[in-house]
Amino acid sequence: MENTAAPWMTAHRLTALVGHSGTGKTEVAVNLVFALARAGVKTALADLDVVNPYFRSRERRDMFRQLGIRFVSSSQTLVDADLPALPAELNTLLQDQSLRSVLDIGGDSGARVLSRYRHQIAAQDREMLFVLNARRPQVSTPEAAAWNIRRIEDIMGLPMDGIVNNTHLCGETTREDILLGAELAETVSYMTGIPVVCHTAERALAASLPPLAEPVFPIDIYMKKPWDK
Amino acid sequence: MAKELWKGNEAIAEAAVRAGCKCFFGYPITPQNEIPEYMSMRLPQVGGVFVQSESELAAINMVYGASASGVRAMTSSSSPGVSLKQEGISALSSGELPAVVVNVMRGGPGLGTIQPSQCDYFQATRGGGNGDYRTIVLAPCNIQEAVDMTQEAFDLADIYRMPVMILADGMIGQMMEPIEWHPIPKREVPPKDWAASGRRGRAHSNFITSLRIDAPDCERFNRALEQKYKTIAEKETRWEEKDAEGCEILITAYGTPSRIALSAVEELEAKGVKAGLFRPQTVWPFPSARLAELAAQPSVMAVLVVEMSLGQMLEDVQLAVQGVKPVRFHGRVGGMVPSVEDIAEQAGMILREVR
Repeated sequence: MENTAAPWMTAHRLTALVGHSGTGKTEVAVNLVFALARAGVKTALADLDVVNPYFRSRERRDMFRQLGIRFVSSSQTLVDADLPALPAELNTLLQDQSLRSVLDIGGDSGARVLSRYRHQIAAQDREMLFVLNARRPQVSTPEAAAWNIRRIEDIMGLPMDGIVNNTHLCGETTREDILLGAELAETVSYMTGIPVVCHTAERALAASLPPLAEPVFPIDIYMKKPWDK
Repeated sequence: MAKELWKGNEAIAEAAVRAGCKCFFGYPITPQNEIPEYMSMRLPQVGGVFVQSESELAAINMVYGASASGVRAMTSSSSPGVSLKQEGISALSSGELPAVVVNVMRGGPGLGTIQPSQCDYFQATRGGGNGDYRTIVLAPCNIQEAVDMTQEAFDLADIYRMPVMILADGMIGQMMEPIEWHPIPKREVPPKDWAASGRRGRAHSNFITSLRIDAPDCERFNRALEQKYKTIAEKETRWEEKDAEGCEILITAYGTPSRIALSAVEELEAKGVKAGLFRPQTVWPFPSARLAELAAQPSVMAVLVVEMSLGQMLEDVQLAVQGVKPVRFHGRVGGMVPSVEDIAEQAGMILREVR
């Protein structure tokens, strides 16, 4: 496992992952904090998904503890509570300049949780990253994806700073899917003026990709289904 | 066509739209909220109607009204909400009205938990409402099947003029999987000449009711329903099996536990244990005859039923197997999900015990 963080990972102190529902924000967030923590960066993750009842990063809290990742989530005492309660501890992530903080946000209108903190966030060295999956039908065309970006910007009251191409089909992802996503991300970037930050790929696939203009982020799947081995 | 990544609930909603569903009535409840949310966005695009009703009761009765007028109508909810719909489902059965009802089950009883469960099996297969009625209950185990079954459910509902239930657990509703939109087998659907959609020059008025006050008349109606249910049991029973022929332990499960059981079967086979899987796709009608046949094989030493409930489908399995072989049970409840290791271990223990 690599022990240095890629430059894009440490370019900003605060990263919020937003996007259309089901594009893989949680998987990207979990992989990002693991990569940072393994590189020795003092890292924190906030699970602010108040939309999804299942498959949330809080399910991996034991692993965060092992790696020394500070973790906060909505409804901290009751993991399964369907409550949009936000913890006061979140302010630490927003303010502590020594913490590399990642915010995992719910899909689409789930970005509303950020609007409450937008003045605080705007004052930070931060990036709002749009997670894009070209295989998700509602963001599979450049127009639809660009519209989704603008909608989320409106909801959170903050501009989008980058696009993460996280195109996948769960266990059925091919190299072609990722390349299709790279093409979509590039077009969306051209239309919106928002740069592409990186492309994710499951570790085994990452090596098979041709050189891309932006870095490839090799990921492992942590948000597993109960029958996955 | 290229595969797309869909969330179970959204996929069920889109499948309904593609099947010609024109009316959706529902009330929010986790873990099925993406169905009404998606419908509220999508139905107006196809000239359909979405109403967030004031309650689940109102929703199912709106389905009754829309269906009586001859359009394809649907509602969805999760366990506590589906309990509220039971009176309406009984009324739909009695009015012989087609409808599709989706239950994305969560842990119970009562308000329970939002995590996945199968604890409404009895309610779905026995009928939670009053009267001698049955509901076709389709039990998908992945999102592709949920999509296909939802589309077929509208045909089945129209053919047999009755409510059809999609019985999914929270995991199916909430997870993401790649699916393919492919044409589903076309069924011959009779014209809705019974619909209360205006007389339009007909000599008679169509009249839809669930009240049959005259006892002999009410019995005749019940006998006709009985006949209809027999036809369905003959024609519409479905299941899937994996290595069930010649197996020593036959694991029986539906929905999410069947996926986990399949991984357990593979794990057991890798260790040299002859394990097989029997997966009902319709839980009413229950595939009793085939299960009995498989259980009676000389190779089979025991049947293991796995559920996310405390032994509900177990009773149907016991009725089918008729004591010919030992039937054992492994269940997790309250939103907990069985693991591959637990199922494999249980199977191993049972085999050691019965050998």
